[in-house]
Amino acid sequence: MSSLAPVPSILRISAAIALLATATGALQSPPDHKSLRGSVRIDGSSTVFPLTEAVTEEFAKIAPKVNVTVGVSGTGGGFKRFCQGETAISDASRPIAPSELSMAAAAKIDFIEVPIAIDTLCFVVHPKNDWMKSISIEQARRIFSEGGPRTWKEVDPSWPDRAIKRYSPGTDSGTFDYFKEVVMGKDGTIRTDISVSEDDNVLVLGVAGDLDAIGFFGIAFYMENQSRLRSVPVIGNAGTPVVPSAATVLDETYLLARPLFVYVNAKDAARPEVAAYIDFYLANVSSLATEVGYLPLTKDQLSKATANWAARRTGTQFVKDGKRVEGRFSKLYK
Amino acid sequence: MTRPEASPTARTRSSHLVLVACALAAFIAVAALASLLLTIAVEGTGSLSWKFLTSFASRKAANAGILAPLAGSVWVCVICALVAIPMGIGTALYLEEYAKKSRLQGIIQLNISNLAGVPSIVYGLLALAAFVRFFGFRSGEKPLSFSIEWSELRVLAPGNPDSFWFVQAPFGSGVLAGGLTLALVVLPIMITASQEALRAVPKSLRQAAEALGSTHWQVAWRVTLPAALPTMMTGAILSISRALGEAAPLLVIGGFLMVLQTPTNLMSDFTVLPLQIYNWSGRPQEEFHRIAAAAIIVQLAVLLAFNALAIFVRQAFQKPLQS
Repeated sequence: MSSLAPVPSILRISAAIALLATATGALQSPPDHKSLRGSVRIDGSSTVFPLTEAVTEEFAKIAPKVNVTVGVSGTGGGFKRFCQGETAISDASRPIAPSELSMAAAAKIDFIEVPIAIDTLCFVVHPKNDWMKSISIEQARRIFSEGGPRTWKEVDPSWPDRAIKRYSPGTDSGTFDYFKEVVMGKDGTIRTDISVSEDDNVLVLGVAGDLDAIGFFGIAFYMENQSRLRSVPVIGNAGTPVVPSAATVLDETYLLARPLFVYVNAKDAARPEVAAYIDFYLANVSSLATEVGYLPLTKDQLSKATANWAARRTGTQFVKDGKRVEGRFSKLYK
Repeated sequence: MTRPEASPTARTRSSHLVLVACALAAFIAVAALASLLLTIAVEGTGSLSWKFLTSFASRKAANAGILAPLAGSVWVCVICALVAIPMGIGTALYLEEYAKKSRLQGIIQLNISNLAGVPSIVYGLLALAAFVRFFGFRSGEKPLSFSIEWSELRVLAPGNPDSFWFVQAPFGSGVLAGGLTLALVVLPIMITASQEALRAVPKSLRQAAEALGSTHWQVAWRVTLPAALPTMMTGAILSISRALGEAAPLLVIGGFLMVLQTPTNLMSDFTVLPLQIYNWSGRPQEEFHRIAAAAIIVQLAVLLAFNALAIFVRQAFQKPLQS
């Protein structure tokens, strides 16, 4: 996919819109769960929480007697409880780690791995910004770092000699956390003179109204505002710029994206209320993912996930012989 | 020895200065509290409604309510009070009225005073191991459970989780574990306050009762305890207020954030008001900050209700002391 054009092609965007449009369809008419009882305990990632929260709220409407509870101990904290058998489902913003896998094995806990959506990040500038054709993760780190360049020219000598205006989502948002993690790295310090807003619409207005502005948020939100903003292609592993779009995220040439998962305890999966919950999750996750700002999986990935869940396929596909399997999610997940 | 001329003015001046400093300190404390309450009232009253009190959590602020955390807080605090108040008073009675001044008593005393300063999250870790997991008892397996069927007068095993009389071992992160955790947190406060109350009872009262031939227990139950109870209730107020405001230890034992049912028995999953407030105020959207403020108002109302109860007990037991 390294031959991608550096400017968004109409084809790609329309493909993305089509994908989003199918995803935003009405909730599927649910089977009758009114008489279903029991409890489903969930804990884990705060990134997955908004999605699980939305699914749980909708599920409670069709299965009012099932007591679903959701906690946010973080992905690692969630796996700890999961491996104690305390929770039936664990939310995770990354695949299970080798150490967590051996913890589960030691506790004789079998699990089913279910990918549910994609978390993304994209950089946006004013549509009339004609100098920034692409951005490398290194450049992004410098632009947002404490003590970094003040003007565009200091980033790249061919760029204008005007001050950069930076916009960022609030520090409480999952997008900000992800930005810190993948762009700033462990020892990066984010500069303090950034315009921060918890309301993504304020960011759109800010960037759309200022020629020298740069900001970032989830791709789903950019898709809704692409008439007012221009997204900046990010230099990929092949060294060429990759346009952020549903397609490049899903084929993983675009770097700033990660899959989100739920892990289901195999013993609990035999309980009808847990099974009904995950069935409902998979049936509705795509439309709800768009609502809370994540990218839905492709039809192919979702049907693989659904098939693996239906077959109750246990174990992870991302750890082999005690080591993390490197590679693209779309290639690895079968 | 002649007194310097300026001395009386300097003395009065320093006296005035202290008065001003104290008044200023009091004013700053009250002003900070007043401004906090005012901000919350302005921000939160608009979102307060019957629907807000009777709805469960939602991803949309307009539909969100606090029924689950409100019920959770009340359950947990009642359990905490039922455990911590009798245990605190009992411990204080033992230490003040029964225990001989010994090395052991000294060690217990030292421990209690120091425990009051331990961060509550540490109690959370202890409670996680002790109450939630029973130190690994049946780890990874289904807990032992049973419930009592009163109509047929028999014990069901495994128990019926819908029954009010449902118990399991280990407890898991239900309201009972939550209440016991908070009881651990507030016990040192309750014990110390009760000890102070017992110490304030004049010796002559006890001596008079003993002179009439009362046993140790009769003195404690009929004389010392009634005289000390009003002050003990003040300790109870402090303890329950602390318990109601705690979030950290409950987060450690695995308190949930999104709960769509109110507790039905001691093993029910729960969430509490401070956790919900923390979650809402941390969300990006402005509407959630407003309902967080509304939840703070509800929390203050619950706090006042608990304290009113303790004050009522205090008034009911207060007898004039003549010594």
